[in-house]
Parts: sequence; structure tokens; C-alpha cells
Amino acid sequence: MIIEKYSYDNRIVRNFAVATIVWGLVGMLVGLIAALQIPFPNLNYGPLLTFGRVRPVHTNAIIFAFVGNGIFMGLYYSLQRLCKARMFSDGLSKFHFWGWQSIIVLAAVTLITGHTTGKEYAELEWPIDILIAVVWVAFGINMFGTIIKRRERHLYVAIWFYIATVVTVAVLHIVNSIELPVSILKSYPVYAGVQDALVQWWYGHNAVAFFLTTPYLGLMYYFVPKAANRPVYSYRLSIIHFWALIFLYIWAGPHHLLYTSLPDWAQSLGIVFSIMLIAPSWGGMINGLLTLRGAWDRVREDVVLKFMVVAITAYGMSTFEGPMLSLKSVNAISHFTDWTIAHVHVGGLGWNGMLTFGVLYWLIPRIYKTELYSKKLASFHFWIATLGIIFYAVPMYWAGFTQSLMWKEFTADGVLRYPNFLETVTQIIPMYKLRAVGGLFYLTGAITMAYNLVKTMNAGVLEENEAAEAAKLEVLTVEPTGHWHRWIERRPIQMLLLSLVLILIGGMVEMIPTFLIKSNIPTIASVKPYTPLELQGRDIYIREGCYTCHSQMIRPFRSETERYGEYSKAGEFVYDHPFQWGSKRTGPDLQREGGKYPNVWHYHHMMDPTTMSPGSIMPSYAFMVEADLDTSSTGPKIRAMMTLGVPYPKGFDQIANADLRKQAQAISADLKVNGVGVSSQKEIIAVIAYLQRLGIDIKASPMSDNAVKP
Amino acid sequence: MFSKYLESIAGISVYPMFSLMVFFAFFTGLIIYLVKADNAHLDELSQIPLNNSNDTIE
Repeated sequence: MIIEKYSYDNRIVRNFAVATIVWGLVGMLVGLIAALQIPFPNLNYGPLLTFGRVRPVHTNAIIFAFVGNGIFMGLYYSLQRLCKARMFSDGLSKFHFWGWQSIIVLAAVTLITGHTTGKEYAELEWPIDILIAVVWVAFGINMFGTIIKRRERHLYVAIWFYIATVVTVAVLHIVNSIELPVSILKSYPVYAGVQDALVQWWYGHNAVAFFLTTPYLGLMYYFVPKAANRPVYSYRLSIIHFWALIFLYIWAGPHHLLYTSLPDWAQSLGIVFSIMLIAPSWGGMINGLLTLRGAWDRVREDVVLKFMVVAITAYGMSTFEGPMLSLKSVNAISHFTDWTIAHVHVGGLGWNGMLTFGVLYWLIPRIYKTELYSKKLASFHFWIATLGIIFYAVPMYWAGFTQSLMWKEFTADGVLRYPNFLETVTQIIPMYKLRAVGGLFYLTGAITMAYNLVKTMNAGVLEENEAAEAAKLEVLTVEPTGHWHRWIERRPIQMLLLSLVLILIGGMVEMIPTFLIKSNIPTIASVKPYTPLELQGRDIYIREGCYTCHSQMIRPFRSETERYGEYSKAGEFVYDHPFQWGSKRTGPDLQREGGKYPNVWHYHHMMDPTTMSPGSIMPSYAFMVEADLDTSSTGPKIRAMMTLGVPYPKGFDQIANADLRKQAQAISADLKVNGVGVSSQKEIIAVIAYLQRLGIDIKASPMSDNAVKP
Repeated sequence: MFSKYLESIAGISVYPMFSLMVFFAFFTGLIIYLVKADNAHLDELSQIPLNNSNDTIE
């Protein structure tokens, strides 16, 4: 037996740890700003700092910057030790680190300046998408290189979760980002309407599954046993947890689209798999918590374990709540309300946040070979963060229930009790304020942690290359006899391929029929492509992130058809690249907005929403009256749409701007008649044109249902 | 546009049945393995993270 000497790269772990802390603070601060903008709309500073642009910065910063760097920190630390090997290539590690940080900076800059695809959690434009793919592949090579040169024959279960993460995130990212570039920072997805929605939420849900969950479960399976100094409760259970989770998760996406125009069978598929997910998720939670059996007395003293216990408990709560929210009857109440926001924050603040903090408090003193600067401060962080979660979640649950019940309440005479949407918003403003307090608590805790860890780092010295030694892994000349699963436990590449097959089958069964079977999306003869002006207006709608507060999806409930009009049909969205169904109604649904109010109403409403709707919390979009519409992009946009199959007549891209000017002048003239003088070249005209177009195609034919051709 | 590629795949309808069979076989195999699995081997696997004693704070 040959003993080999080598070293662990702690520098890369430290770098990712620092990035986790820094981006965590940024992401939480931006979240707090967004939370305050709702009850205090004066905090919207257009165009850069309106809620519609700030919210995607918050979600992207938390998911990809805070949690992303958290994953890499924990993974680079644990993978080296589980493989008894240094990372495959220091160069790739560096490239991964700096590549990921540049993606984050580019993301923040482009999102705040309004360059977005308009698809939630996949808002980044195509050049950044390509960069993400490149950096991710470099990370994958680095990881597999390390696994292949390992000195430990078996792959510990945490590594399986890492492998599944690397493979699946790559597939999700590529499939959902297939888009046709129009210019350097503008593209349209190749999918439209219902198909776009299905692909987007297949992606969106699995971003939760394979970015926020599986890598963190890998961290749980490594760091909880380390912190508790005892092996995981049941290794058997962890094997079931792994396979069942990656198999089931990939199918669950359609539960984000219940009661929408998505075909029923796809909705049911999503529900069934979501309910089944309770089993592996709770298996994992129980496995994590029971790892502490016989060590619960230590939870009282060890702050790292405290963070981990709350994290695992939050994992259990949100993975129980998720399947419940997937039930149609529950979803009918919860969807589009703050209940969803509460749900994701139990996961985000509780599971991801608390586990990250636990790992940071455990790891930093170890790589700096010193004690934590202050246990008291860490304990303070634990309590203020836990309180923060409660102050965040409880008001949001309350707000969600209240608003949903108000939306659905009818009087004895059979009319809506709260026909004015705004009434249901002002009712829950106090809850929004309380939520911001929760966010402030949580952020305060994180700042305390940053101080505590910086002090710790200053007191110690980073052991950049930690010496280690292990026996060289000898090549097995005779395969030990055994079960096939023992065979795969030693083979990372085969594990990768099997995981890939499992997730691809799930994805394909979900999506292929929607693309294939024509009857899934009945075409409606009266639905026509957008005019060039409307298309430009739609792109401004996307740029401003209007979808963060307004849905375009009327569910087939009496409470919704009474309030908004005819429910949404799949065939209405066939030209929507991308779809804009939205997931949250901070403002009312806009699908039948067209023709509801005169142009001049929209003009005043965009200038200052409170003049038309006293008490409105919508930001002012007065800058759209100043800004000229960029018509140089009209031709390329029409050409791109034609490539994607939108039936504009041949050569329409040449005359599109003439058509655009004609329609703009008509709107400008109408505004003038009503006492508003505004040039037809301003952005506001395009936005009004788009809003007035929304949902009127099927209003045109009174027997709209009969117009549906199978 | 996208659907055109998929339509051209021959016999695409066998995928759902194929998937079901793959999964049924896989999970049946997994359960059989876990029931029969050797406890000593599993204990050994679960000890992997703890074998590394480098990371104690002196």
C-alpha cells in the first residue's frame, strides 16, 4: 500500500465563503428594499429602482449569488475531503470562482437596467446565459476530475447529490434558455404561450429542486454528521432519499400552473408527483434530524447545530407545504397571493439561509485554525434570524389568506363584495410592513455574522493548503461480486448517466405531448399577432417587470370571471414569446385589460397611479412620457417573430415602422382630444397600445368558445 | 417550430410505457438491494465523512 501526500485547497473554499457572505448581504438588502417599496411606493425611483426591476435582482441575487456561492463553498470543502483528493485543477477552480462572480455582476447590472427575458428566475439575457453554461461546464469538469482521481473507493451519498445537481442544472438551463437573439441584449424564447409556460415552470420548479435543494441536501449529509460528530442516522434511507427525490422532482413543475390554460392531464401529472414528493423529502428530514439522536443536549450549546436543526425543520415544513399547495383546492386559494411568498421564504430563509449560516460558522474557524470570535454574537444571530423568519412568514400567510378570501367573497345578491381590487390590497398593507420588519431582523442577523466571521478571520491564519495523506486507490483486478447498486456506488460517470436518463425521461414525458398533440392548444381563429407598436409596448412591459405584480391568466372561477372577464384560453397565447402569465397578483390581472378604460385613463395612471386609483401602491412610470420609443429595433423584432413562426405577411418587417407610426399617431390624437398633449414617439404610447390590445381578440367574437377549432 | 422536430421521431408514443417500466424495474431493484444490503458495508459508507480528522480546531 502506497501512502500519498497531498493537500486540500482551502483558499477556494474561503473565496466562495466570502462571496456567499457579501452577496447574501446584498441580496437580503435588495429584498428589504423591495419589501418596503410595497407599503411605501414613494421608495420607487424610476426607471432604475422600481419594484419590477428590483424584485428580479433580489431573487437572482439570493438564488444564484448567495445560495450559489454557498453551494460551491460547501461543495469544494466537502468534495475534496470525501474524495481524499485536492480539486482536479486549481486553474478551473479559479475560473469557476471569477466566472461566477462576473456573471453575478453582469446580472445585477443588466437586470437593473431592464434587460430581461421576462421569465422568472431565468431573466438573464442570452450572452449571460452562454457565460453561465461555460462556467458551469468548467465547474462540472473540475468536479468530475476530482472524483475520478479520488483516493476513496466509494462515493459518499453527498457526492451523488452533487452529481445530480451538476447534470440537471445544465439540462434545465440549456432547455429553458433556447432563445432567438434579436440584438446583443434582447432575445425571444423559441417557445410561446402554454409551451413556454410549461418549459418555464419545469425549469422554475427544478431550479428549486436542483439548485436550492439537492446540493443543500448534499451539504446536509456532509456537514450535519460533521457538526454532530456522528454518522448519518440511516444510510439506507439516504439512498432512497436520493433516488426517489431526483426521480420525482423533475415531474412536479406543472403544479405552478393549476387552473391555468395548461392541458388538464399535465396539471394532474404535476399534482400526483408533487404529493409523492412528501415521502422522500420527509425521509430526508427525518434522516437529518435523527442524526442528532443522543446528541440533543449539544444542540443547546452548539450554535452550529442550532442553525442546522432549524434549517432541517424548515426543509420539512416547506416540503410538506409544497405538496399541499399542489392540491387544486388549496391552490385555488393560495395561488397569486402572498401565501406563495411565505412558502418560498420558509424554504429560502429557513432551509437555505440557516444551513448556509451553520456551515459558515462551522467551516471558517476550521480553515483559519482558530476559535469563532464570539459565540454570543452567533447565538444572537440565531435568535434574531429565527424571529425574522417568523415575522416574515406569519404576516405573509395572513395576508395571503385574507386577500384570497376577499377576492372570492360574494354578497347575498351575487355580486363581488370587493369589486375594487385595490381594497383587497390596502387591507393587507400592515402585513407588508410587518414582513419588512421580519426581513430587517434577518438582515441584522446576517450583518452580525459578517462582523463575527471577519473578526474570526483576522484572529486566525488561513491554512491555504491543508496537508493530508491517504493510501493510493489500487485498481481492482477482480470485480468484487455484489449487487448492481454497489457497482454504481463506485462509478461516478455511470451515476451521472443514470441520473441524466431519469431526469430526461421525466422532462420529456411532461413536455413532448404538449409540443406534439395539436388538441392540447386549440387555435382560435380570431387571435392575431401583435401589431408592431403593441409588440414594442409588450417589450417595455417585459422590461419593466410588470409580470412581477400583474398576472395575465384568468382562472375559470366565478370570482375571477366576474372580476376580470372571460377566463383564459390556451389558444390566446400562441404568439406570446415569452408568456407573461405571472405568478403573483400584487395588482389586478391584466389579461382582459384591453378596452376596459380609455387611453387617457392609462396615461394618467402610468404618470401617477394614485390619480386614477387613490391609495394605489403601483410605482409611477412618468419616465415613459419622456423616453422616445426605439423604433430601430422594430424590423429585427418582426423578423425574429417570423422566424419563430408568427404569421406576419412576407416583407412586413420593411413596412412595420410605418404601421407603428400610424397606430401611434391615432393614440396620440385620441389623447389630445382628451386634453393630454404627448408626442406619438414616446414609450408611453406603445405601452398604452399593448394594454389596450390585451385579451380583446376573443372579445371580438361573442361566441368565443365556438370559435375554438380542435 | 419546436414541434416539427419531435413529430419526426418515429414511435415516440412508446416513451411513456418505456419510462414506467424503467422506473418500476429500477425502484424494485433498489428496494431489493436495500433490504438485502449488508449493514457493515452501509456503516462503513456512513463513516466516510468522519474519517477525516484534519478539521478539528486545536
